[in-house]
Amino acid sequence: MNVLSSLQPILNEVKQRFGERLNAVVSPRANEVYVHAKMDLVAGFCAHLYRKWKARLVSLFADDARPSDGVFHLYYVFALDAAHSFITLRVPVSPEQPEFTSLTNALPSVNWQEREIQDLFGLKLIGHPNPRRCALHDDWPEVYPLRKNFELRTKLPPFEGERHHFRTVEGEGVFQVPVGPVHAGIIEPGHFRFSVAGEPVLYLQIRLFYTHKATEKLFENLPVQHCVRLAESISGDSGFAHATAFCHAVERLAGVEVPPRARVLRSICLELERLYNHIADIGAICTDVAFVTAHMHAMRLKERVLRVNETLTGNRLLRGMACLGGVRFDWDHDQLKTLAQLVAELKPEFESLVKLIEGSSSTLDRLEHAGVLKPEVARDLGVVGIAGRASGFDHDLRRDFPHAAYDQVKVHVPVYQVGDVEHRMQVRIDEVRESLSLIEQFTARLPNGPLSVELGELPADSVALGYVEGWRGEIFHWIRTAPGNRLARCKVKDPSLQNWPAMSEAILGNIIPDFPVVNKSFNLSYSGTDR
Amino acid sequence: MFEILRKSLGTGVVTTSYPATPPEVSIRARGRPEIDWANWKDARPAATICPTGAIDFKDTAVARTASLDLARCIFCGLCADVDKAIRMTNVCECAARSRNDLMTSASYSLRPDGTHDRLVSPPTTEKTQHGQLSASQRESLEVIGEQIKLRADKIFGRSLHIREVDAGSCNGCEVEIVGLNSPVYDIERFGIHFVASPRHADMLLVTGPVTRNLELALRKTHNAMPDPRLVVAVGACGCSGGIFGQNYATVGAVDAVLPVDVYIPGCPPNPHALLHGILLAMGRVSQPSTSGQVT
Ligand code: SF4
Repeated sequence: MNVLSSLQPILNEVKQRFGERLNAVVSPRANEVYVHAKMDLVAGFCAHLYRKWKARLVSLFADDARPSDGVFHLYYVFALDAAHSFITLRVPVSPEQPEFTSLTNALPSVNWQEREIQDLFGLKLIGHPNPRRCALHDDWPEVYPLRKNFELRTKLPPFEGERHHFRTVEGEGVFQVPVGPVHAGIIEPGHFRFSVAGEPVLYLQIRLFYTHKATEKLFENLPVQHCVRLAESISGDSGFAHATAFCHAVERLAGVEVPPRARVLRSICLELERLYNHIADIGAICTDVAFVTAHMHAMRLKERVLRVNETLTGNRLLRGMACLGGVRFDWDHDQLKTLAQLVAELKPEFESLVKLIEGSSSTLDRLEHAGVLKPEVARDLGVVGIAGRASGFDHDLRRDFPHAAYDQVKVHVPVYQVGDVEHRMQVRIDEVRESLSLIEQFTARLPNGPLSVELGELPADSVALGYVEGWRGEIFHWIRTAPGNRLARCKVKDPSLQNWPAMSEAILGNIIPDFPVVNKSFNLSYSGTDR
Repeated sequence: MFEILRKSLGTGVVTTSYPATPPEVSIRARGRPEIDWANWKDARPAATICPTGAIDFKDTAVARTASLDLARCIFCGLCADVDKAIRMTNVCECAARSRNDLMTSASYSLRPDGTHDRLVSPPTTEKTQHGQLSASQRESLEVIGEQIKLRADKIFGRSLHIREVDAGSCNGCEVEIVGLNSPVYDIERFGIHFVASPRHADMLLVTGPVTRNLELALRKTHNAMPDPRLVVAVGACGCSGGIFGQNYATVGAVDAVLPVDVYIPGCPPNPHALLHGILLAMGRVSQPSTSGQVT
């Protein structure tokens, strides 16, 4: 298979530079290349791709390939935005010496990803600054759930209470405020521990993975068509995006092209998902600074979108719409009219909501300069999505790696440098406008034709990366197949996993009462992180 | 300020009159699946395609018992795609007081080729009727709704307070529960409020297949509530463990951890379904309590 012409020079240079040390270079798809090498190459390879080619490490995960290859594999997935391609470095880890070298000191964005591998696969981290457990909590027995010889339905001994020790922060007048895992509002569970001196926050420790529910292991135990429904439940508010990312991976692996009409319908659904979530967030940010009127109007608009979702797909959260090879339901004339009405109605209604918010100086006052995430910090942490764009990161898979039907439109990506709550809200406002315009463009050129293609039997032991720009940011699903239309591994990467640590940075120096609004302005998924 | 007033007046009242009127759901909405039990010829295709095992069957040499478990159903409609005896309705008011009320099963004589023919024992009657609620049911629901304030006054002292706990959900249920506070569903018109502290709460609304990492937090929250207290399990995961079931990381259904008063099926249940379930639980307060603490 030939690789993209934009990728070829990079590959040539890499091959020349690392020569003999690359064991193999495989390109199953034009924009997806795998490089096999030994562990000692990782740091150098990674640094080289970063410096020379401005690559980003977008996912790092392990796979238990002992049954077939006798080793564990580590995968380092790099995105080359300018070349619209992915290069993945694969290195073996022998079961006799199950350990790997940490990159966290050089690359803080992989901190949790590395620790998750250590927890779930039992591969020991060497040189990590804080190699404590994260995915499995402290009271778990010594088990490695993602190893192949661990059964999904294993019954573990019951929970025996809290044993986690938070880091102490010392100094005169410094005290800690524990919050969670059950929060005050109707939101997901996690624990935040603030160290404060008076009001300003000195340090925030975040403990997550409370909603870890064996999702990735479950993928290995379900027939592949059932996995689409599981993917919908990775993060409910991004159900369609996750399911589509999963389908994308399987379709790429099977080498099929989704029919044009299905690609457009997928894109519209992705925009509808963006719409209802962005509008809800804009309202929720307002309510966290006590502007409840705006929140109520936003909730009313969100309800409008959810009802149209139901008319279009049978489910308010777009569940059941995604399927392998395309989409499940077509839309007739009436349904498309309902969609057009929604867009026409939402445009002035949304502008009037924005005007209401912008007219409230007490609201803007609270949002400005709150929870600042500086561009350089965001870059180090690899922050993506809304929060990334509010902090200077000009990137969007819809534009840089066009999937679904995004190659047929021009996607404008809002980018700001300030990185405060106000600008994270501004990114949402800009994106709502853009979504409305994209839906119009897509419906105007909706092609006729079939809704899905047959995939047939999937080839065993093949790999593929699926990707979708969800409303929160980039979503990746990486799969490896087993015989009999099953999966040997499905690695799910929600943008939240990458973005959580940025909260700890953004809240520094702010006061605790501002935490809710800073948190809301990121609005990260706990379930998507914990899986 | 003037702008705010002008906008609010211009918007007018947007609140639904549910439960006095039927749920405002699209005819295309996928609610509970309905099986034509008498004419069902083969449970196997639907059971094979059902991602959660909501449709299931057990065979002996000559007989087959087929079942539909609404607590597991995620309303995906895949069964109806492969089986003409199954139809998706848009009925969303499915909440029930007992797990058994959500389970329907029937026995058939089994043929050698694996299909079944004669209905040996008809489907067990369910408490909730097929199809839309009848006028009298709706009336009684409306009466419940209207009585809530009175009853809440009497038992809970003026209002009912709900503490919501996510015990491991995907957050889909939360998207809809938040909607109850929107001006469209406006749950506060019933005197029902969502509160931050379990100590202020009369009802625990729980979502998610309870994860191992949250079981303790869920128990602690429940223990912190004053008696009498109600527990409502929300969504396929809360009702049955859903697609996750029980595994190394999840305990499964909420009733594996706490006694549950009402189950609200759905994936996620829409705000009407949630309201229906909460009202149903409220009605329960007048029933004699086994702990004898309700007076
Ligand atoms: S609608 Fe319910 S019963 Fe039918 S396939 Fe889906 S989950 Fe199973």
